[in-house]
Amino acid sequence: MKLKPLLIALAGVLALPVLAQSTLTVVNFGGANGGAQKIAYFEPFEKTGTKIVGVEYNGEQAKIKAMVEAKKVSWDVVEVESPDVNRGCDEGLFEKMDWSKLAPKSDFQAAAVNECGVGAFVWSTVMAYNADKLKTAPVTWGDFWDTKKFPGKRGMRKGPRYNLEFALMADGVAPADVYKVLATKDGADRAFKKMTELKPNIQFWEAGAQPPQFLVAGDVVMTTAYNGRIDAAQREGKNLAITWTGGIYDLDYWVMPKGTPNKDLAMKFIAMATNPTEQAEYTKHISYGPTNNKALAKIDPKILALLPTSAANSKTALQFNITFWADQGEALEKRFAAWAAQ
Amino acid sequence: MSATLDMTSLAARLGRVERRKRVRAMALTLPLLVFLALTFLVPLGALLVRAVENPEVADTLVHTGKALSGWDRKALPPDEVFQALVTDLNAMPETAQAGVLARRLNTEVSGARSLIMNTYRAKLDIASLSAAQVKDKLLEQDARWAELPYWLAIAKNSSRWTPDYLLTSLDLKRDAQGDIVKVGPEEAAFSAILLRTFSISAVVTLVCILIGYPLAFWLSTLSARRANLMMILVLLPFWTSVLVRIAAWIVLLQTNGLVNRFLMFTGLTDSPVPLLFNRLGVIIAMVHILLPFMILPLFSVMKSVPPNFVRAAVSLGSSQLAAFFRIYVPQTYPGIAAGGLLVFITSIGYYVTPALLGGAGDQMLSYYVAQYTNVEINWGMACALGSVLLITTLALYTVYRRFGKAELSLG
Repeated sequence: MKLKPLLIALAGVLALPVLAQSTLTVVNFGGANGGAQKIAYFEPFEKTGTKIVGVEYNGEQAKIKAMVEAKKVSWDVVEVESPDVNRGCDEGLFEKMDWSKLAPKSDFQAAAVNECGVGAFVWSTVMAYNADKLKTAPVTWGDFWDTKKFPGKRGMRKGPRYNLEFALMADGVAPADVYKVLATKDGADRAFKKMTELKPNIQFWEAGAQPPQFLVAGDVVMTTAYNGRIDAAQREGKNLAITWTGGIYDLDYWVMPKGTPNKDLAMKFIAMATNPTEQAEYTKHISYGPTNNKALAKIDPKILALLPTSAANSKTALQFNITFWADQGEALEKRFAAWAAQ
Repeated sequence: MSATLDMTSLAARLGRVERRKRVRAMALTLPLLVFLALTFLVPLGALLVRAVENPEVADTLVHTGKALSGWDRKALPPDEVFQALVTDLNAMPETAQAGVLARRLNTEVSGARSLIMNTYRAKLDIASLSAAQVKDKLLEQDARWAELPYWLAIAKNSSRWTPDYLLTSLDLKRDAQGDIVKVGPEEAAFSAILLRTFSISAVVTLVCILIGYPLAFWLSTLSARRANLMMILVLLPFWTSVLVRIAAWIVLLQTNGLVNRFLMFTGLTDSPVPLLFNRLGVIIAMVHILLPFMILPLFSVMKSVPPNFVRAAVSLGSSQLAAFFRIYVPQTYPGIAAGGLLVFITSIGYYVTPALLGGAGDQMLSYYVAQYTNVEINWGMACALGSVLLITTLALYTVYRRFGKAELSLG
């Protein structure tokens, strides 16, 4: 009699491989964005019979590199930031994208089409402020630097990325010329000099969750921030506002680490996550723009007004220049470290 | 005669038994030694090797490296070098190799990444061209090939081993002629960062001693039951995640946080004091996290100090205070030394606390190790910084050992 439960358990164990669904490991940055992806992409995909194992990471490409080098790839689909797509593609960390299984290239934004990746969404680094505390809205990056008109601290990302571009715009460089100027020695000097001007008033942030916290706590009067994070705070009822002038927009991409055993499934997932319907659904949960232009027609105008891709918001925006940062990034990061130590 | 013979055989037998005992003892520790070698020495060795290893250019640009060997490094290299470069690039079977080469050269000269990748992707056809024609074709493809720094970077890195990563960690570099010179002020970051790492660790250690010593002393005077209870209070935060404690400090120290409200309520200040995102915030949180490392060794040493020495000194006419400092404190030096060393060595490697509570000028060396590992994917540089940290720490430890021994012999 006592054997019976044991036998049942044994039968259960034996039956497991038969019952086991196929699984796909999808890696993203978590947070509000991860939540939106779960609702818009993971849950519909799981209805097709594949279980999705969601993993969060912080964009450390070292993990992918280590996996690929050890030939033990346990991640199937990974969301990566734009500089890492080209670099990883060049260094053979990612599988080539099979564009025959995706929507036609012409449906996508030009930047979303890549040898090894597809644009997942468009996000923007913008100026944000607490509308409860600041009666007059800052309009330009010049205002951000104007500590007489707007006394108080400014939040900025710890590192040279975005900050040097904003500094040049504050110094009167037109958005279209920013990278041309920054590529020269004089331009970089000019940007760092402008940063020095603001240095005593800068409070640096490390993680994307910090800028809205700074604003709510009153630590800073304005800050640079990822627009989705401000959107998430607004949804929680905080009266934060965005100034879109001179924002820097950028794309995150879906890639597949080289040697993933589930490439076919991974392609299926990516195809679904770049469909107009699913991308339109995604924008309801976080204000990041779609990469498939066909999605725009399906988005409520009210939501569209909050996205970096809307006509009004992208009018004076600057596209993050991947090639520039791939070439100059390391040197500028080091110069930033030296600048911070001064 | 026979007696001495017996004696020698006895000694030999004794020696054998002793040897067997030693072997047995060794065999018992063998698993530990193997474990240590695998998990500690091998990775450390790999770290040190990776800091000087430089295979990227040597493996891929074989012909170019050879052709560059006689180059004077003052003007553009001869035409044959251009030909060799295109041959080398065309011979690469996989994009990955070009990518690795491009990354390596870009760490030397910004812009080399796009230059190499563009030329690699162009796959110039040079089958029937002379060297001079290849040069023209290459310059036409990307005019940057007429710039000297790119060629210097290739020439410098065509050997398999390089001191460059280590030199960069010390704010030095090799110039075109191979002489070691200081880098310009815009690039000189790491000596300041290393100094900052040690100064933050020293301040944290000092504050830990100042706070931990009286606390440990008080604990050692309590009855065993109460001391145990208090010890649990000391250890309680020790069992909480570091991130949780950092989050708690943010809540306490922020502009409108509890500490600032209290200071303003009591009238000590009129406006909030900046306690976060600067050096002060980093030190406060680090002291809090590391305090148990100081209190535990101090407490165990203080428990073993016999109280009658101080009593004897007082009975012989010393004042309480003088007896404490001249009799009691010297007996606790081993505790101070052990606790100080633990706190100092642990704080040298701190990364998360300064990253979340410090400003851009408060980051310690580990932050940059992480940056090179995860963001730049320049593992040579990450390993070099790690090696510098390891070597300076070992050097400091040696100094400490010398100093520690002198202390003992003086006692």
